[in-house]
Amino acid sequence: MFDFLDGYDVLGAFWTTVQLTLLSAVGSLVWGTLLAAMRVGPVPLMRGFGTAYVNIVRNIPLTVIILFSSLGLYQTLNITLAAKDTDAINFRLAVLGLIVYTSAFVCEAIRSGINTVPVGQAEAARAIGLSFSQVLFLVVLPQAFRAAVGPLTNVLIALTKNTTVAAAIGVAEAALLMKDMVEKEAQLLLISAIIAFGFCCLTLPTGLILGWVGKKVAVKR
Amino acid sequence: MTNVSVAKEDVATSDELVVLRSVNKHFGALHVLQDIDLTIARGEVVVVIGPSGSGKSTLCRTINRLETIDSGTITIDGKPLPHEGRELARLRADVGMVFQSFNLFAHKTVLENVMLGQVKVRKADKKQAGEKARALLDRVGVGTQADKYPAQLSGGQQQRVAIARALAMGPKVMLFDEPTSALDPEMINEVLEVMQQLAREGMTMIVVTHEMGFARSAANRVVFMADGRIVEQATPDQFFSNPRSDRAKDFLSKILHH
Repeated sequence: MFDFLDGYDVLGAFWTTVQLTLLSAVGSLVWGTLLAAMRVGPVPLMRGFGTAYVNIVRNIPLTVIILFSSLGLYQTLNITLAAKDTDAINFRLAVLGLIVYTSAFVCEAIRSGINTVPVGQAEAARAIGLSFSQVLFLVVLPQAFRAAVGPLTNVLIALTKNTTVAAAIGVAEAALLMKDMVEKEAQLLLISAIIAFGFCCLTLPTGLILGWVGKKVAVKR
Repeated sequence: MTNVSVAKEDVATSDELVVLRSVNKHFGALHVLQDIDLTIARGEVVVVIGPSGSGKSTLCRTINRLETIDSGTITIDGKPLPHEGRELARLRADVGMVFQSFNLFAHKTVLENVMLGQVKVRKADKKQAGEKARALLDRVGVGTQADKYPAQLSGGQQQRVAIARALAMGPKVMLFDEPTSALDPEMINEVLEVMQQLAREGMTMIVVTHEMGFARSAANRVVFMADGRIVEQATPDQFFSNPRSDRAKDFLSKILHH
């Protein structure tokens, strides 16, 4: 029944999906946190930048961002992100595009977490003489992250599925493999089911584990 | 002659720790602080009382600039209050603050709460900060709770930890913004006792409170506020037995007879 799978590297393709997801997740967590810090900070220029970034980026389709990173950055501006061959260049550009896009959602998830931290926490931190960045990184964000585990889990699951858009610029991940198989094999339903099952294997445990983590780290008040 | 007068001035300035001069503040159309002049001497315990909405909490919060002011000046130990940034943070480290709702850092243990400022602001060695924190927690009677999280403590215990956290910075003056108002009645005394002990030890304190017993027993001076103004200042004895203003008489008649 599964003979048609011979010659296809299903696990390899999903491994690429996992790599895209993890690298983009780390990158967008860092950049999204910085964006959130800008948006709640006292400097009007940074607040303006953070707000503009989030509102522009989250309203552009991911496909457009990913295509731009290949057509615009690589083929027009010749930005290769220090990679040599086309596959590596496209992989890195896809990660960049996913970070640019996902960080806007990460920023908003963290900001929703910040809103759960009572004002008194920041006031008490200021009252003992902590600077703005110390208040943010020592008192407010640690509590905000714990409250944001749920929303961030949603973003991570969406990101996992969004990596399929990288197929548009030829990154050899699960969706590109599916396209390839669908063109050459007859078992259309089975192929779709296998790919769908693969994604569920990635995202279901993510949701379950992070749901447990979220309860575990929740701040008791 | 000149020497004498200079010396006199020196004494005068070094004796005045907190000075407010014609301080004004608005919340929109509401004029919450109206031409406030108030001087607090080193070692003095001043209790601020008055009806709700009289501006006493706001007054307390302006002294470490948790609330900004619209006009006037506030100086602490001879230095005007800085506007923002590092200078302001340094000043706040010297001004201890205790809040009505405790505001202990919810994600840190009691011990970490008392250590944080010492390590991150005073750059103290972690071991020494820990020892000092434990000593302070013992002093306020919650030494055995050091490794718990704030939510596991009673309100009275939390407020005593908050006092220890402020004391850990070695403040020149302590501000108390209604420290017992959020507490269950049976926990009020344990907090007041810690405050009374502090007062006896010579700490400069500005206390916004509704605890008239504390005002009588621990205060050097009572400041009565109403509608954003300081209406009357007197020693506790004078104020409670013989208030001069009608506003104060009215206020006292409402709170003292039940």
